[in-house]
Amino acid sequence: MSEIVNCRDLEKTFIKGKETVEVLTGINLTVDEGDFLALMGPSGSGKTTLLNLIGGLDHPTAGIVSVSGIDLNGLSSSALARWRAVNVGFIFQFYNLLPVLNAQRNVELPLLLTKLSRSQRTKNAATALEIVGLSDRAKHKPGELSGGQQQRVAIARALVADPALLLCDEPTGDLDRGTADEILELLELLNRDHGKTIIIVTHDPKAANHAQRTLYMDKGKLVEEATA
Amino acid sequence: MLKQIWEITLMNLRNLGSRLGSSSVIVVGIAGVVGVLVGLLSMASGFSAALQSTSKPDRALIIRDGSNGEMSSYISTQDLNIISRMEGINASSGEVFVVADVPKKSTGTPANLVVRGVQQSAFGIRPELHIVEGRNFATGVGELIAGYKASLEFSGLEIGKKIQFRDSAWTVVGIFESDGNAYESEVWADLPVVQTAFRRDGAMNTIRVILDDPSLANVIQQRIQDDPRLDLKLVTEDEFYKAQSQQRADLINTFGVSIGVIMAIGAVFAALNTMYSAVSVRTVEIATLRALGFGGFPVVVSVMIEALVLASIGGLLGGGLVYLIFDGYTASTLNTGASFSQVVFDFAVTPELLRLGITWALLLGLIGGLFPAIHAARMPITVALRGD
Ligand SMILES: Nc1ncnc2c1ncn2[C@@H]1O[C@H](COP(=O)(O)OP(=O)(O)OP(=O)(O)O)[C@@H](O)[C@H]1O
Ligand SMILES: [Mg+2]
Repeated sequence: MSEIVNCRDLEKTFIKGKETVEVLTGINLTVDEGDFLALMGPSGSGKTTLLNLIGGLDHPTAGIVSVSGIDLNGLSSSALARWRAVNVGFIFQFYNLLPVLNAQRNVELPLLLTKLSRSQRTKNAATALEIVGLSDRAKHKPGELSGGQQQRVAIARALVADPALLLCDEPTGDLDRGTADEILELLELLNRDHGKTIIIVTHDPKAANHAQRTLYMDKGKLVEEATA
Repeated sequence: MLKQIWEITLMNLRNLGSRLGSSSVIVVGIAGVVGVLVGLLSMASGFSAALQSTSKPDRALIIRDGSNGEMSSYISTQDLNIISRMEGINASSGEVFVVADVPKKSTGTPANLVVRGVQQSAFGIRPELHIVEGRNFATGVGELIAGYKASLEFSGLEIGKKIQFRDSAWTVVGIFESDGNAYESEVWADLPVVQTAFRRDGAMNTIRVILDDPSLANVIQQRIQDDPRLDLKLVTEDEFYKAQSQQRADLINTFGVSIGVIMAIGAVFAALNTMYSAVSVRTVEIATLRALGFGGFPVVVSVMIEALVLASIGGLLGGGLVYLIFDGYTASTLNTGASFSQVVFDFAVTPELLRLGITWALLLGLIGGLFPAIHAARMPITVALRGD
């Protein structure tokens, strides 16, 4: 299998006033296409920071992040924005849906950045909602949906532009066990049947069970690898 | 790019409903600024309009050289005889210009009312003047006609009423209009009767003349200067009323703009505050959009558009209210210039003033929106996503 994510000697430090905080220190990570990787580790170990670097939301202090052979360091912030629109789907702990838009319109958002016609956008969004099993809630606003349903809408939004890579930061962190399992099964399905490469940050050992591979982080380092 | 701007803006505007409280701070703040600005400037423009509409290009005043108003000028009967026969003078009216203390309707306290003693020729010289009620005064008796605005402002100026001033009794026999100009704030009576009542036998204040042609003003002024018997000067009505109104209008304008600027500074902070909070409430939303690949520029533009929309609502509201309340609202002012008299004028909320008000509103919105917008767009996405 070919690799989709490649991190080399990745370092990230934040400067807070006079203090510098070393959050990532020398991360080396390869993720193959079609992988389902779980990232675990204590709070503050740098999981979100790493995920953000892979997703092109931030630049590393040192080292290289390349995704599908593209070195993200070489992209300006506007080029990076265009790159994200095409290549990654983000799924957040608190769903981050826009409250004024209904499910259909939330899912359509990433397509506004494409050249697709209005009818094509509507169609693709409907398809994405169908995949996550929420076709009947298309006209509902986030406030009218349960947490699990909102996360499904967010997953549909992450899917709709058909990116190869899905990055999920504690996608079940705000859900009860049963709902969390449904979401994890959905992610598994996307990985298995739709060929999405998935990286999921989680505190939940059960969530990690759905992944093919789990990596542990501590104090800015990858510490050990366990294969499921 | 336009699609992005459009969609984000639309979203922001739909969001307005849920932020009614903070959004209305901008609207009300800017409405206040525009209201005060337009209100005060409409006062200035109304005042200028009242005085300047009095003037006609072929009309002029003859006053004593060195005086700068009707009241401080002195004209003798001999002067009048010479002027009325001068070449280039088409018609003339010697006039007395005095003030009487008459109670105002609104407060009951006495204020200065202009009493103008005129010859019959005065009416030919001022064709804009019409009796709208009653009749003209008869010569040689204590009758007067009152300008329409004066009749509204002062008590006792109704047809048939007797009014007492300067130890003499006057009967109001008519009301006149005069295209809304300054004469409507005066009362008129027969020249000799006024001269007697105010103890100015044989003396006048001014001569009002019609020139054969407006272009003759300089020639006649030269003629007057060259005549050793005359110590007078000719001032065209255009010059005269411009000078009268300019000082006052300037004062009101300066005042209006200063108050406007002070309030505008306050409104800018209100706008900044509102937009900062509007943006900070949506920090995570904006960051999410940017994470999805939306650009920073559309975010800036859409926040600006939101601020401008709110500001223009404020501007329209302020301008509209002032228009409804003040346009045509009649006020009077003590003219502290050369003649100590009340000039009654209408607030003129002109389209230009409304445009000016809207321009101010948009400018305030622009400033109020710009910094929060840039702030929102420059905030690192990863920080904004944390939402703390
Ligand atoms: N923008 C920033 N500026 C300063 N410090 C930051 C910034 N972002 C993250 N950090 C710090 O970096 C460290 C790692 O943060 P990160 O969010 O990656 O942790 P995490 O492993 O995702 O933790 P959690 O499980 O609580 O989400 C923390 O100590 C955090 O305070
Ligand atoms: Mg985290």
